[in-house]
Amino acid sequence: MTAALSVEGLEVVFDRFRALKGVSLEVREGESYGLVGESGSGKSTLLRAITGLAPASSGTITVNGKVLGKTREKAFYREVQMVFQDPYGSLHPRQTVDRLLQEPLAIHGIADGEKRIERALDEVGLGKGFRFRYAHQLSGGQRQRVAIARALILEPSILLLDEPTSALDASVQAEVLNLLEEVRRRRKLTFLMVSHDLAIITHMCERLMVMQNGEVVETLTASQLIGHRVSEDYTRNLLRASEGFVRV
Amino acid sequence: MSVETIQSRREWLLSDRPASRMQARLGRSYVAWRRFTANRLAFVGLLIILALVVVAALAGVLAPYSATVGDLKNARLLAPSAAHWFGTDDLGRDIYSRIVYGSRWTLYVVILVAIIAAPIGLLVGTVAGYAGGWTDAILMRVTDIFLAFPKLVLALAFVAALGPGIENAVLAIAITSWPPYARISRAETLTVRNSDYIKAVQLMGASPFRIVLRHIMPLCISSLIIRVTLDMAGIILTAAGLGFLGLGAQPPLPEWGTMIASGRRFILDQWWVAGAPGFAILIVSLGFNLLGDGLRDALDPRSGDQ
Repeated sequence: MTAALSVEGLEVVFDRFRALKGVSLEVREGESYGLVGESGSGKSTLLRAITGLAPASSGTITVNGKVLGKTREKAFYREVQMVFQDPYGSLHPRQTVDRLLQEPLAIHGIADGEKRIERALDEVGLGKGFRFRYAHQLSGGQRQRVAIARALILEPSILLLDEPTSALDASVQAEVLNLLEEVRRRRKLTFLMVSHDLAIITHMCERLMVMQNGEVVETLTASQLIGHRVSEDYTRNLLRASEGFVRV
Repeated sequence: MSVETIQSRREWLLSDRPASRMQARLGRSYVAWRRFTANRLAFVGLLIILALVVVAALAGVLAPYSATVGDLKNARLLAPSAAHWFGTDDLGRDIYSRIVYGSRWTLYVVILVAIIAAPIGLLVGTVAGYAGGWTDAILMRVTDIFLAFPKLVLALAFVAALGPGIENAVLAIAITSWPPYARISRAETLTVRNSDYIKAVQLMGASPFRIVLRHIMPLCISSLIIRVTLDMAGIILTAAGLGFLGLGAQPPLPEWGTMIASGRRFILDQWWVAGAPGFAILIVSLGFNLLGDGLRDALDPRSGDQ
């Protein structure tokens, strides 16, 4: 299998702070790849650097065989889309769902807008009744579904997920994760998913990378993580932490 | 219209799941309208402004006498009476008729200033706020320079350079009143430019131009409308001030400020000559202020469940 997305020696520096210190990773086509680590370990920065929202100071990013330059071209956004962590902040407060979904189509000059919007809303399990609502008329889970519909409407092949369910409560989390799984299977998407929840990562991803302080700690398969066959102490600590409280 | 149809229309407007773009938009406007009318004083303000518009439109019907030609022989400086509601001035002109026609000039000044100054301020502020860096620094320093001058003095300088007259007064006021709007728009832009929903549009591949125009400006407009409405009173007073100083509207134009200026000489004995236009300015300024306060409650995105 070929690599859908590969990152080589990526460095991101904010003022003096090195947020990413030479991170490399390779995501195969159709694969779901997880990024785990504590807050501030650079997982979100990695996603943002891939999309061009965070400035990469060195390193190369390759998407579907094409090496990306300093600025992203319009075509890039039809390959790669992102779902943000906070569904309350990622939808424009003055736009209806319809407007939100129309915007990417207008930017890329796509003609069959009506049909695509209806299809996108169906796909994420929101009926026609939601089409002309404003963000404040939606619940958190519904908002995240709209955000997913918006990311899918340009029919990208790679979806970057920045803790897509951490702002939702447990039952809604499961719904959204199932939706993402289903969409991935149907559209044969490649996922790069950030989470601090190891259970979600082992459920969703085949392989994963553990990060700390902007560096790669180790890469594992999901079965290695489930079987606790890890080689680094840091990962072991993460695993212990994810098991929750231990009564002494 | 029966009670049921009104009831069902209201339900249609407040529907949770609007069926069309138009219904969504109307519903939103209706909610804002309800919040606006809940404030009685703001509603009074709106009525005053509507009355001003009606008076200006129907000046020809409402004014019993000419605004510029008076009866010098028989009607100089008459006190208010049934024939002349607000009395007459030193040239025998009916003051009520002059105030009615003067409402046109007041509206003319206010509307022109608003449509010149507000878009300039909005554009400068949003571009500066979104672009940042050098663009921001240059645009904001220019704004600072304009803000450093007292408004009336700068307007005076412009009128002195351009020549007296109501068009130049409008231009001078517009030039001096855009900087606060630029400041407001920039501040609003800075609060939203790093939000995820703007990032999301960037990730759609939108150009900076499109982001500013279609995603940032709509968020700045409500606070701008509020500020412009609250500034209307100031604009009217500045226009009146320029008229009073002889640099705005020129006689015999029935502009309220100019009318006060010409009534100044008789203010002790014939108070109505200056008093009536002064009262008109007071009422209209008050109307705009009340309206602005109401709009703040109705449009402010930070309050309520918008």
